[in-house]
Amino acid sequence: MKYFEDIKTGTRVELGSHTFEAEEIKRFARKYDPQVFHVDEEAAAKSHFGKLVASGWHTAAVGMRLTVDGTRRVNENQKTEIMKTGPSPGLRDLRWIKPVYVGDTISYATEIVELREVSRPGWGLMVTKVSGTNQHGELVYSAQGAVFVARRPQ
Amino acid sequence: MARLYFEDFVVGHVAEYGDKLVTPEEIKEFASEFDPQPMHLDEEAAKKTMVGGLCASGWHTCCMMMRIVADGYLLNSSSMGAPGVDEIRWLAPVRPGDRLRVRTTILDLREPKSRPDFGFVRTKFEVLNTTGDVVMHSTTNMMMGRRTPRPVQA
Repeated sequence: MKYFEDIKTGTRVELGSHTFEAEEIKRFARKYDPQVFHVDEEAAAKSHFGKLVASGWHTAAVGMRLTVDGTRRVNENQKTEIMKTGPSPGLRDLRWIKPVYVGDTISYATEIVELREVSRPGWGLMVTKVSGTNQHGELVYSAQGAVFVARRPQ
Repeated sequence: MARLYFEDFVVGHVAEYGDKLVTPEEIKEFASEFDPQPMHLDEEAAKKTMVGGLCASGWHTCCMMMRIVADGYLLNSSSMGAPGVDEIRWLAPVRPGDRLRVRTTILDLREPKSRPDFGFVRTKFEVLNTTGDVVMHSTTNMMMGRRTPRPVQA
């Protein structure tokens, strides 16, 4: 088990990649973000995007999924829980830098950028920067999120 | 209702949209796909976590907010998406049975020099629950097409 005291800024983890297919882009958007450029190829072709693009929330949500999976994978490899995390109070500087088009493969990574003491007993706050890069090596997404991490029991 | 363009947005304008019932099925469905952590997947397991019971993924709340805003006015606008979100704060858990509303406040309007066809509408979004508590807020620069392109200075 790792605790807040054991983690270090600068640690970077590759989280794996995800390919955004048309059906999945439209299925997500019909539920949560039904703007025409996310749900309709023809309308998207006439929009400023020029073709169908994934909702930015879809790009972000996939990043969350890969973060959860990545943490679990590390846990299994180490046969121990890497750290106990609580809820997230929020995030900042979420940037959709370039559109995610149909068929794009986005590789996600996360890096610990800051460790902060908080008033909540037993917990510290870890700030991470998650990023997504497409198959052309272009950064398409980044965000800084915060999450509570358990401290070593006294 | 007339279609909304950049010219129609007024700094200081406040509006409220939506009445979205949050169901446990939707919380678990979103979490299964994008945020499979115990507090979002299983009532019993969630009781043992810091949040003390089943609650929606913060990303799910973002997506529900997006849908409320889309149905509220965005689908009837010249929205061109958004380049990002400055800040998202998750202030309180979103629980099954909550009814969510979104309050929007227009913070400022900006017209990029290089692009005469759209403007940025900086908007604060507050997600309110049944009892009127703000459970989440975020601030984002919405790109909104102009009804008529801005005259370019010679």
